[in-house]
Amino acid sequence: MIDVRGLSCPQPVIQVKKALEKKEASYEVLLDSMVSVENVKRFAASAGYKAEFREENGEYRMNLSKL
Amino acid sequence: MNVKAERITIAVAGAVIGLVSVALVLLGNPANMGFCLACFIRDTAGGLGLHRAEAVQYIRPELIGLILGAMLLSLFRGEFSVRGGSAPMTRFLLGFFVMIGCLMFLGCPFRTVLRLAGGDFNAIFGLLGFICGIVAGIYFLNRGYSLKRSYQQTRPEGLILPAIQLVFLALVLAAPAFIFFTKEGPGAKHAAVLISLLAGLLVGALAQHTRMCMVGGIRDFILFREPKLLIGFCMIFVAAFLANLMSGHFHPGFADQPVAHTESLWNFLGMLLAGYGCCLLGGCPLRQMVMAGEGNTDSAVTYLGLFVGAAFAHNFALASSGKGSTPNGRIAVILGLVVVTVIAVSNTFNKKEA
Repeated sequence: MIDVRGLSCPQPVIQVKKALEKKEASYEVLLDSMVSVENVKRFAASAGYKAEFREENGEYRMNLSKL
Repeated sequence: MNVKAERITIAVAGAVIGLVSVALVLLGNPANMGFCLACFIRDTAGGLGLHRAEAVQYIRPELIGLILGAMLLSLFRGEFSVRGGSAPMTRFLLGFFVMIGCLMFLGCPFRTVLRLAGGDFNAIFGLLGFICGIVAGIYFLNRGYSLKRSYQQTRPEGLILPAIQLVFLALVLAAPAFIFFTKEGPGAKHAAVLISLLAGLLVGALAQHTRMCMVGGIRDFILFREPKLLIGFCMIFVAAFLANLMSGHFHPGFADQPVAHTESLWNFLGMLLAGYGCCLLGGCPLRQMVMAGEGNTDSAVTYLGLFVGAAFAHNFALASSGKGSTPNGRIAVILGLVVVTVIAVSNTFNKKEA
């Protein structure tokens, strides 16, 4: 689980980027702003990961899976 | 929104913001200063009498509109979210020194683009400094720099800064005797209140929608090769450049540029400090104010830091003028670079995990 809730730009993407360097098949990311969701999703797509997310009580749970 | 649609949207928004900026000059704002967060915060601080530099005192409605425009659109889109508590004092200090850097150069990152689009080549050194400052910030970001996370706050907390903007609006409309309005100088040059307000609302809404950020544009391109925000940045330049060219406001050169000086080193160092500080804050002054409108109280505190920085800059002769920088200003910029580096180092290394 990568918890990037409450972090300023661009720390959420940097943390996800570092995690994705391990090239695991899937990841779970916890976020709390739509800006971070958009940024992480965009980066994940460029790194070859598909992003799906759902909202839970004002927070977002995102699953990244390798394409 | 897919990647292509996002890029087209921010390109259009950037072009509109560039055109609005030139239109504001045609309608009365100072040259190459259709929109400038640093200058307008400085003018507003002066309008409230927090500094007594008579040439730069006016409560700028563009800023009121910017914060309220971002707030209204974020409410409409369900993105108004009150958060804060991520090192507010550090952010205040960073905001303070970002303003010191901006007033050494005479403009925020936004005005750097507008100055370039007006043919002010001094801004090339400002832009280079800004990029170097962002690179310095990235160095620490890549090594774990963080001001730690923010948390949800109460809704009234996030409404305080927008409410203050309504007070400012009342003051600029009523113009009571205790408010300072410049009679001669850049502060006296302004478009009509309603036009400025509408321009601010439009820019605030566009910037909220697209997440427009001058620091983010360069930072994300260097860090992730992500061009989205850079496209917005470039389109502001292209649109403002073309509009200046067509309206006869493009005057290329170094000398005699409006509200600018020719000290290349200090233009560079001023924006180095601004870029460095903004990168550690997570966004440029424009983005900070938009996020403040979205309910981010850390950004609201940053705005207060910018505000106090502007007042200090003119109370202690730190701000440059068309004649050049001041000895006090040079000391303040060097001190700012040291303080920002101490903040960067102390929030990157030797941290105990919370």
